Amino acid sequence: MRTTEAAAIRASLIREVAFELNRRAAIAIPRDVESSIGDLARRETQKLSKFVLLEIVNNYKAAVDDQRPMCADTGLPRFYAKVGNDARVEGGFVALERAVREGTAEATRKVPLRPNRVHPLTRKDYNNNVGIHAPTVDYSWEPEADWIDLTCFQKGGLFGGDYRMLFPQDGIPGIKRFYLDVISEFFKRGLSCQPAIVGVGIGGTKDVCVRLAKEAACLRVVGDRNPDPGVAELEEELHEIGKKTGLGPMGFKGEGAVLDVHVEVAYTHTGGMPVSIHHQCFALRRATARIHPDGNVDYRENPLWFTGYYRRETVS
Amino acid sequence: MTPGDTSDLPMDEHRLTTPVGAEDLGRLKIGDVVFLTGLVFTGRNGLYQKLFEEKAAPPVDIPSLTNVTFHCSPAVAEKAPGVWEVAAVTATASFRFEKHVPMLMDQYGVRLVIGKGGMSPEVYEKHFKRLGAVFLNTVGYGIGAQYGRGVKGVREVHWLEELGIAQAMWVLEVEGFGPFLVECDSQGNSLYGLALGESNETLKPLYEGLPLPSLRRLGEVHNPEDEVF
Repeated sequence: MRTTEAAAIRASLIREVAFELNRRAAIAIPRDVESSIGDLARRETQKLSKFVLLEIVNNYKAAVDDQRPMCADTGLPRFYAKVGNDARVEGGFVALERAVREGTAEATRKVPLRPNRVHPLTRKDYNNNVGIHAPTVDYSWEPEADWIDLTCFQKGGLFGGDYRMLFPQDGIPGIKRFYLDVISEFFKRGLSCQPAIVGVGIGGTKDVCVRLAKEAACLRVVGDRNPDPGVAELEEELHEIGKKTGLGPMGFKGEGAVLDVHVEVAYTHTGGMPVSIHHQCFALRRATARIHPDGNVDYRENPLWFTGYYRRETVS
Repeated sequence: MTPGDTSDLPMDEHRLTTPVGAEDLGRLKIGDVVFLTGLVFTGRNGLYQKLFEEKAAPPVDIPSLTNVTFHCSPAVAEKAPGVWEVAAVTATASFRFEKHVPMLMDQYGVRLVIGKGGMSPEVYEKHFKRLGAVFLNTVGYGIGAQYGRGVKGVREVHWLEELGIAQAMWVLEVEGFGPFLVECDSQGNSLYGLALGESNETLKPLYEGLPLPSLRRLGEVHNPEDEVF
C-alpha cells in the first residue's frame, strides 16, 4: 500500500500535450503503417494499384518533409485517456477535459487542422473542432500506475463502418459474410480510403461492439494479435480472405486492401451475437504521450490501449 | 477505343493549363495521369446549397476564372488577417453531388470535375458525354500533403463567414497540381466501370457457402454486386 500520494499533473501541461499530439498525429504517419504500406507497394504487381501505393508512400514523406497534414480531412480529433489508478490532475478531470478542448482548438488554428465539426442540424461551424459532445474523451484505468496515457486520434470517415445483429446460429460464416459485405460496400470506388486496418467488434451490446471495432482498428498497431489464440486465428483468417478479394487501393485490382485485421470480443447476451466492423484508412492519424506526475512527457506511436486490465482478463 | 482490362491502360501523363480546352479534354483517356496549372475552385454541399437551392447569385463570375472544380476543402491557416496558407487538400466523395454537378456544368461552364470515387454511369452518359466533360479522381484519396504542395496560393475565398472554412468556395492558384487519374473521359467511358466488373469477379467465389444473416433489415441491398449508392 502506498503511503504518499502522487503529485498532481498540471492542467497547463495537458493542454500543451493535447496540442502536440494533434500536431504529431496530423503530420507523421506511425512507422507500423508506413512500413506495411511500403511493403505492399514493393510487392504489388498491378500497374494502377502500384502507382497509387507509391504515391501514398510519397505523400507520407511530403507531409513530414514540409510539416503539413498528410490528409486535408483531418477528421474529428478525439482522445483516449488511460489513467493510472494513483494519478491526479490539478483541478481534477474537469480541468483535463478543458485542457484537451483548448489544445484541440489551438491545433485547429496552428497546425492547421480542417475545422470539420459542425452542429448536425444547423451546420454551424465555429472553425475550432470543439462543440457539443466534442471532442470526446474516452477513459480507461490502469492499476499500480501514477501516469496518464493520452492518445489523440483524428478519425476521418463518412464510410467504412457498419453494424449487424447476428445470432449464435449465424456463427463464424455469418461474421465472414458481414466482413465481405462491408468490403463490397466500401472498398469499391475506394470509399474506405483503403488500404485499411479492419477492426471487428464481436459481442457486448450494440454500443460496446461498435466501440470495440473502432478501437481495434484505431488503437492497435499493424501486426498485433489478440492474446486469445482463438480470436487471433480469426484475425489471420479474415486477413487471408481480404487478400483474396482481389481489391487494392481505390478499388482497383490488387491484393493489399486489407492491411491487417484486429478482432475484439466482449461477453454478450445468450441469445445474440452483435458484430460491428470498422475500416481505418491508410492516412492513420494517431499519437500517444505518457504524462508523468513529475512533468516528464514520453511521446510514442503505440497507444497500448488494450491492456490485460482493460480487457478485464485479470479481474475475477 | 475502350480497353477491356485495367491492366492494359497506358496511363499516359498530361500537364494541362486552366481553363482546359475541349481539345485537351478530348485527348484524356481513362487511367491517364493529369497535372494542372492555373485556377481551381472548390465546391461541396455548402456551395451547391447556396447556388442552386437558395438561388444566390454567384459571388464571382466563375467562367471568367476557370472551368475546373474540385470536391474538397482545404486544411488552411490564416497567417495574417485575410492571408491564407493552404497546408493540404483532399477530395470528398463525389456521388453526393450528382444533382448539382450537371447544373454547375450547364450554368457555369465547368468541364473538369476533380473528386473522389467518381459518379454514376447515368450522370456520365447524360451530362459528361453531352458536354465533353471529364472527371478526375484524386489518387488514393488521402494524399493531401502532395496536393497541398501544388497549391501556390489562395486567389480569393467566398462565403467564408456563412459556410465556414470547410464549405466555403476557395479559388486556388495551382502549379503542377496532381497527380489525378482520369475516371470518366469526354466520351463517357469510366475507369470504375472497368474496375467494378473486375472486383465483382474476384469477390463472387468468396461468398460461396456463406449464408444471408438470420435477421434482415428493410432498405438494404443483398446482392454484393450492387453498389450502395
